[in-house]
Amino acid sequence: MMMGPRRLPRRGGGPSLCGMNPRRIAHHLLGLVILLAFLWMGDALARALRLPLPGSVAGMLMLAGTLRLRWIPERAVQPAAELLIRNMALLFVPAGVGVMAYAGLLRREWLPIAAAAAASTVAVLLVVGWMQQRLERDG
Amino acid sequence: MADAAVALLAIAATLAVYAAARAVQRRRKSVWLHPVLVSIVVLIAALALLDIDYATYDRGGRVLTFFLGPAVVALGLPLYRQMEEIGRRGKAVLLSLLAGAAVGTLSATLAAALLGASDQVVRSLAPRAVTTPIAIGIAERVGGLPALSAAVAIFTGILGAVIGPPLLRAIGVRSRTAFGLSLGAAAHGVGTARAAEEGEVEAASSGLAIGLMGVFTAVLAPLGLALLAWLGLLG
Repeated sequence: MMMGPRRLPRRGGGPSLCGMNPRRIAHHLLGLVILLAFLWMGDALARALRLPLPGSVAGMLMLAGTLRLRWIPERAVQPAAELLIRNMALLFVPAGVGVMAYAGLLRREWLPIAAAAAASTVAVLLVVGWMQQRLERDG
Repeated sequence: MADAAVALLAIAATLAVYAAARAVQRRRKSVWLHPVLVSIVVLIAALALLDIDYATYDRGGRVLTFFLGPAVVALGLPLYRQMEEIGRRGKAVLLSLLAGAAVGTLSATLAAALLGASDQVVRSLAPRAVTTPIAIGIAERVGGLPALSAAVAIFTGILGAVIGPPLLRAIGVRSRTAFGLSLGAAAHGVGTARAAEEGEVEAASSGLAIGLMGVFTAVLAPLGLALLAWLGLLG
């Protein structure tokens, strides 16, 4: 989903893919290729080391580390990364539509699903908010 | 030609419905009209009405789903930009989010198991508090149903963004970092959008919470499920 707006400024403000010149398209494609390479490396690493992480999360950590080490300049991935993050919400619509395949299961188990999800949402809100406030005051 | 045409049609329909849903939300400004929720409901209704099954729709849908992989990798960029912020409040942030991830995965799975949900549903709820694309990846790993995890993550994101701010004020949370972290941890992207309305500190900490909750939950979800199995609550 969308991250905070401060780190992801909309440049130009117009629709992201319309009216792009060939150089900007190439810049986006370069970034996408780099992101796919990290996804592939993350998948390989997670499988090889039997990490309890999805390959994409391993790839995310590797990308942050690589940027930190300045092995890749930030601007190489920036356009593609910001385009994907800005529109990430759209990308999980098909996965959400997939619940229609579980209509029977939802009809049977909607109550435990809804109750557990709601209870867990409230629990996380309270625990994180309260703990962070406490720890900041003490530290 | 049929295959490619069906795929293109499914992609075009998804894009059109999503664009329309965003336009509606911009006009109405209601959190409950979250464009993802509206799009999912509209598309399911349309498919049911036209008697098209999910497998057919997903020939195009999976093209969009594929890009979730690189999109999660792309979160490495804001994570890199937030590294200094982590350094400054490092210990407090890490501890709070670690506790949040443990509580998030345990409370959801335990409540579901005690309320009599099936094993598959319990496993699908393990990544409840995580941003949807990462939740889908975790669900695949722990034997849940990715689509169910996605729907639950979206639903709870909206719920958390609506009840979060009044709840946090009620328990006396005044720290801006605490406010942002909590919303990002409990309600990921939707919560971050809400936190961003409060200010930059809230937005930054909320974005940070999304990334770290994803990492911590990916590690803790299998452990939590193992604990439930050990307690005899999960087959």
